[in-house]
Amino acid sequence: MQQTKQILVIGNGMVGHHFVDQLRAKDPLAQITVLCGEAQLAYDRVHLSGYFSGTSAEQLALTTEEAYQAANIQYHLNCWVEQINREQQLVLTSQGGSFYYDELVLATGSYAFVPPIPGNDQPHCLVYRTLQDLDAIAQSAALSKVGVVIGGGLLGLEAANALKQLGLHTHVVEFAPQLMAVQLDQGGGQMLSQKITELGVQVHTGKATQAIVAGAECRYQLQFADGESLETDLVLFSAGIRPYDQLARSCGLAVGERGGIVVNDQCQTSDPHIYAIGECALWQQKIFGLVAPGYQMARVVVSQLTGGELSFTGADMSTKLKLLGVEVGSIGDAHARTPGALSYVFTDPRAQVYKKMVVSSDGKRLLGAVLVGDTSNYDSLLHYALNDMLLPKQPEQLILPAASGAPLAALTLPNNATICSCHNVAKGDIVAAMDSGCCDLASIKSCTKASTGCGGCTALLKSVVDDELKSRGVEVKNHLCEHFAYSRQELLHLVQVGGIKTFAELLSRHGQGLGCDICKPTVGSILASSWNDYVLKKPHVGLQDTNDTFLANMQKDGSYSVVPRIAGGEITAEKLLVIGQVALDFNLYTKITGGQRIDLFGARLEQLPAIWQRLVDAGFETGHAYGKSLRTVKSCVGSTWCRYGVQDSVGQAIAIENRYKGLRAPHKIKMAVSGCTRECAEAQSKDIGIIATENGWNLYVCGNGGMRPRHADLFATDLDTDTLIRYIDRILMLYIRTADRLQRTSVWMEKLDGGLDYLRKVIIDDELGIAAELENQMAALVNTYACEWKATLENPQALKRFRQFVNSPDADENIVFVEERSQIRPATAEEKRQWLQQIPIIQLSTSELPVKALAEEN
Amino acid sequence: MAWTDICAFEDLVENSGICALLNGQQVAVFLLELQGEPQIYAVGNYDPVGGANVLSRGILGSVGEQIVVASPLYKQHFDLTTGQCLEQPEVVIPVYGVKLQQGRLWLNAEQQNQQASAA
Repeated sequence: MQQTKQILVIGNGMVGHHFVDQLRAKDPLAQITVLCGEAQLAYDRVHLSGYFSGTSAEQLALTTEEAYQAANIQYHLNCWVEQINREQQLVLTSQGGSFYYDELVLATGSYAFVPPIPGNDQPHCLVYRTLQDLDAIAQSAALSKVGVVIGGGLLGLEAANALKQLGLHTHVVEFAPQLMAVQLDQGGGQMLSQKITELGVQVHTGKATQAIVAGAECRYQLQFADGESLETDLVLFSAGIRPYDQLARSCGLAVGERGGIVVNDQCQTSDPHIYAIGECALWQQKIFGLVAPGYQMARVVVSQLTGGELSFTGADMSTKLKLLGVEVGSIGDAHARTPGALSYVFTDPRAQVYKKMVVSSDGKRLLGAVLVGDTSNYDSLLHYALNDMLLPKQPEQLILPAASGAPLAALTLPNNATICSCHNVAKGDIVAAMDSGCCDLASIKSCTKASTGCGGCTALLKSVVDDELKSRGVEVKNHLCEHFAYSRQELLHLVQVGGIKTFAELLSRHGQGLGCDICKPTVGSILASSWNDYVLKKPHVGLQDTNDTFLANMQKDGSYSVVPRIAGGEITAEKLLVIGQVALDFNLYTKITGGQRIDLFGARLEQLPAIWQRLVDAGFETGHAYGKSLRTVKSCVGSTWCRYGVQDSVGQAIAIENRYKGLRAPHKIKMAVSGCTRECAEAQSKDIGIIATENGWNLYVCGNGGMRPRHADLFATDLDTDTLIRYIDRILMLYIRTADRLQRTSVWMEKLDGGLDYLRKVIIDDELGIAAELENQMAALVNTYACEWKATLENPQALKRFRQFVNSPDADENIVFVEERSQIRPATAEEKRQWLQQIPIIQLSTSELPVKALAEEN
Repeated sequence: MAWTDICAFEDLVENSGICALLNGQQVAVFLLELQGEPQIYAVGNYDPVGGANVLSRGILGSVGEQIVVASPLYKQHFDLTTGQCLEQPEVVIPVYGVKLQQGRLWLNAEQQNQQASAA
């Protein structure tokens, strides 16, 4: 990589600017120089007519000189290029400057085509293309009453809008028999004419202007080929665009017959060191007069210059816009030119709405569409077309009025569906931005750039964001739920400051309604973190998720799994035998967990106490696999056995697991201790990771695996054990006190204002002066730890809950197992149906008896 | 009216549920005792969405004015007075009649909501 390559860009329109912006983002070191012919840097040409309705030049600007300076981009305004010397790789300007380039990018854009009509060079005959043009139009309009736009295409109608806003009596003259002949079919064009005429713009289609002569009542008179004429004070040409390709022509680059600099799929011209992008480029005999394909070309060249392999593969020319207040949309094959294509047309003459949908001959795919007067279906239709989605059985529903209230659900879009084609933002990019913490439209827009180009996707973006938020159960307000208008942190504060000990008290003082499955477990966890009461104490029972209520993990069929604590993953042979024997006696499925312990599946509610009695008698404690609490402290074998270990990682892991076992938190907490830098315990993927060094312990914080893995950050190095424990005490307690419900440490830390550095200041430097308090709170929790299963077994009232029926010793007949790989697994619904028909149900007389799988009986 | 004596009032767990066997049907019985008079509700214990007999182990609560239990499996909410699933309107669970007589809980084996019996 040559890091000091000279990249020279000619032109600073929307596409040229996008190229510069993207290149700088990809390559912070590239030497970028921009030669800009206009007096200001890039501005938004798409919304140019806004200039006459109050949008200032500053508001239209896409960047500022300060921004270019800050990004170390050299630029020269009012700088017209005279010549490109390809041999010496020099660009010469009209001011006599010369610029060397290693790679040259032509983003010269296009100019408005002025048809060769005699009289077209008179003072009030203007074009509509640049801010300068707009100023000239405004000056001329001030001296005029009537204005004519020659050209009834997309830009022509934009120009007509400008004239109308300037208060002129406005006409549009079009050579073709209809308006917007490229994008609309005949029916759409007619509807558009009708609507525009009603808005006070007179439309003249099928008119060839032959001369512009002096007028009788107005300044000029247009003379048409059919003998008619039209008087006007101002003529605005908008009869298409022509690429600015003179520079390329004069230095011998290949150009198209009808203009345009020929480029290949890499946007390279016939000179491999010269690229062309945007409206000056001719790709496969096509010039793309929209901003999205230009942006795409810009990204292709950025990729080429930074070692990437992106290539240009054409572009979707679908468009949605408001012309003179009339909504117009065009998608794909609007003219139904695909062989065999079928068209559905809906017209509402009263509301003046025209909709056409073009589908494949088998009716399964959408090929194109035309929408005039109502584009509410545009986003849905575009996504059917772009993502090649299967159409509904009755595709006409998509454009019929009944269906218009039900736009395509954003949730059903695949992640690779493009939402913003200007900036090539897929739904997956938006979801990723939300994963990383953006949760409102503004931050998502600034993070992904979605909807900052043409703005056509604004509504879709909002629905994607809203749906995604909903599907995550996020209320944008930080309120816990409808019963408490507080965040988890605020509730914890209320509990601790008010000395509140029960849910009922908290609800009556600070909440409303009866609570729910969101706030009850949250408050249960807060109460446990604050006072460490036995979680099955009477007032707390109804707060717990079933897993906490029955101190086991509910599985899909309503049976439970049981996980005894195996601190640090260290276990004696005797204890292994106990687990094995319990599994055998109760016919449980056994599996080794990722946290170095053993999970026993298939226990029925009424079996749990008997199973745990055996385990507790053998010296086991609950593993809290069911709780939002410390799970495991994983360890490698460490210096005791390992040739490489430098500290006793197993001993440390056991000590730490025993210290924090039972600690209730906003989410589960996982830890690990590695005995040397080889990191066999994978500590850097844990909430708290500890890695032994020659001099002590390195502490890593806030990592996690799971759906969005995150490496832990190195928090402090070479700590002695006392300091290590103190820091962990403080971090965990701060997390418990300030995190949101179900927020892992990673997200919690990222959301702290100041992040990791702030956390260091609070924990290590004690900047808030709360370190001692945090340690005391932790000490109180550690000192009041009790094994919940041991307590439960000693509590006859609590044990009463561990039965399937209050009035019968029977078991739940819906829990049925079959054998697979020599162990049990839950029967499928179909298997249950079959067996229930054939075999009488085995009614167990007492709950202590192990369950026999039906399959064994069979 | 087929009423069955189920258990003592004390066997109910306040602000939580237990499960009773009523003519072979599993019935989840909840005792709501947060404000004012204690209320008892009885609905089918079978969660038709999760396909398991678990509703008695769900968390009680309210959604607006509706008193609900949240399934412990996938957290759908069921209205305790109508049996209606809030998230999936086509799903309705049976609702049973409840009475207290001399400290005993009685359940009526006939479902009280017509929709569920039809479904």
